Amino acid sequence: MSRASKGTAQGQVDGGRDLRIGNVTKRFGSFVAVDDLSLTVPSGSFFALLGPSGCGKTTTLRMVAGLEEPSEGSILIGDQDVTFAKPYRRPVNTVFQSYALFPHLDIFENVAFGLRRRGSKEVKKQVDDALELVELGGFAKRKPAQLSGGQQQRVALARAIVNNPAVLLLDEPLGALDLKLRRQMQIELKRIQTEVGLTFVHVTHDQEEAMTMADTIAVMNNGRIEQLGNPEELYESPTTTFVANFLGQSNLIRSSVTGTSGTDVQLEVHGGRLAMPQSRRNGATDDLLIGVRPEKIRISPTGQDANAEQNELLGGVVTDASFTGVSTQYLVRMPWGQELMVFAQNVGVGGVLAPGTQVDLRWDPAHTFALDGSLDAGAGVQRDEGATPVPVG
Amino acid sequence: MTVAAGIGLGERQAGAGAPPPAVTERRSRRKLTPYLLLVPGMAWLAIFFIAPIVTLLSTSTQTRPEGAEIGVFTQTFRFANYLDALEGYGPEFGRSFLYALLATVLALAISYPLAYAIAFKAGRWRNLLLVLVVAPFFVSFLLRTVAWKQILADDAWVADLLRALSVIGPQTHIINSAPAVVIGITYNFLPFMILPIYASLERVDPRLMEAAGDLYSSALTTFRKVTIPLSMPGIVAGTLLTFIPAAGDYVNSALLGNKDTTMVGNVIDSRFLRVVDYPTAAVLSVTLMASILVLVGFYIRRAGTEELV
Repeated sequence: MSRASKGTAQGQVDGGRDLRIGNVTKRFGSFVAVDDLSLTVPSGSFFALLGPSGCGKTTTLRMVAGLEEPSEGSILIGDQDVTFAKPYRRPVNTVFQSYALFPHLDIFENVAFGLRRRGSKEVKKQVDDALELVELGGFAKRKPAQLSGGQQQRVALARAIVNNPAVLLLDEPLGALDLKLRRQMQIELKRIQTEVGLTFVHVTHDQEEAMTMADTIAVMNNGRIEQLGNPEELYESPTTTFVANFLGQSNLIRSSVTGTSGTDVQLEVHGGRLAMPQSRRNGATDDLLIGVRPEKIRISPTGQDANAEQNELLGGVVTDASFTGVSTQYLVRMPWGQELMVFAQNVGVGGVLAPGTQVDLRWDPAHTFALDGSLDAGAGVQRDEGATPVPVG
Repeated sequence: MTVAAGIGLGERQAGAGAPPPAVTERRSRRKLTPYLLLVPGMAWLAIFFIAPIVTLLSTSTQTRPEGAEIGVFTQTFRFANYLDALEGYGPEFGRSFLYALLATVLALAISYPLAYAIAFKAGRWRNLLLVLVVAPFFVSFLLRTVAWKQILADDAWVADLLRALSVIGPQTHIINSAPAVVIGITYNFLPFMILPIYASLERVDPRLMEAAGDLYSSALTTFRKVTIPLSMPGIVAGTLLTFIPAAGDYVNSALLGNKDTTMVGNVIDSRFLRVVDYPTAAVLSVTLMASILVLVGFYIRRAGTEELV
């Protein structure tokens, strides 16, 4: 394995091969697919562009690959301006969603395709190493049609990696695989990226896939980057309602600022008083949407577990309880009509609270985040995954 | 077939003794079904292909007895008929294959870009263009060729234009010449070239071309290394569909050529219908057929598209 990584990564690692996208806009007619996007992907990182379909992530990728031309802006790899360079003149290779393997060539020739075009020496050794890296050593003489979807996916990866590109683009590479294989390939991809040390730019609409693999995620929506950061930052401290809802689930509650005490902000929520760290507040106005993740909330029957240190919302009624094994997911209707979601870990204390039970909700003030109250609280809610949207009161 | 065989095997393993009569009957009927389905086609081929071929072969070695009436021949197994005919009509054979080859190459050169444009660039005009490709078939083959007689005539605009541009001299004719015959053949078989090439290009995934570009291929290299190999089945089918009938064609030479452009087809035509020399006509037909078969065999092997077709 290490042999393979040396073989492909040799000689071209010069550190200065960051991918820099500067103020890029792409219009198709009057439709703006990518809107004034700026982004730097450091050399050697695993970067994910995450967003729903139509958010401009694939268009961004195609512009980096040279398959689309930006309407405005520039794309640089290291010091080389590739904005309008032909695809075959860029140090960039792509793993296509459909794999796009050449059906008339065997696996060896598919992987060797890029090397042969550049008149590379030692084609055989490099191709063998690349096939070894994706664990398809014995498949060189087969035709793509004779391989399974997962194997074709690996060939597509080997075919791109073998060229040792400055940037490797992955366009929803796991989209066509079934769930189990997808999990396996996520780990595999991460291993390969670590091993060869190439820059991976991975486009996906699957938040879990992005969080599992990427060092840095850019969440895209409507052609813009909503937020950029590592998976933990994005999850714990989303700065927009879109990110709060698109990555995992959030309870977003309308509130207004009543004052500050020390490093905390005092808030009023439908008659209740809450606090949160000033540092986690986004939005300068007094009208805020405060958010808390469902697994941060502790649920208990009314009157129990009172704790002055915690944020409290009292007087809820359980409307739905679904036991999922690891946790129980509750929907709790609050006095002002909003339903909040609570994930309670099944750690063995107490049974499942039946619907109709009067409950109080509590959480650590430090787990609260606040967003600008003018944002759409429903943005980024994924309805297709069976997740219950959390309406806002 | 595979299923039937599998069942048969299973039965043999399960019951060591003879299977019950009902099963045997059903099994034998199932085995017979494919052959029964073949009967109509086989019968058709036997009556209208194999029988005439036998007659043709038999006629080719017949001779006309001394003093017999016109059109009466007896079987004498005179294989020297073949030598006589090949000696006498060598140039006609040569021309047939030369014209057919030129027409095939020309048709390919015209058809490939056209099929490519229809497959990848035509957008919503695609169906209309395909109809236009087939449209000439609504007019008889003969009429279309006669039309070329007028287009290529000495006083028509093509000749005028070429003379004005000094491409041809003032006394040169286009009509009744070898080029006119090749032009006619090319034109007449064009759709047979365009349609198969279009059909195979249309199935080429454009994303493969993007992938080739991504892997350092210029547009030209992508065309050479991806597009052409993937459209090979269409090219092979198109060239065969053009070359085979073109080699046997006689209408174009008769209408657009002169006495020095005679092809084998013309000789067969006149031997059969005018001279009433059936053995010679049969010899030429058999030889033409055999040589096309050999050429096509070599060609397909060279093209190496067995697994793609």
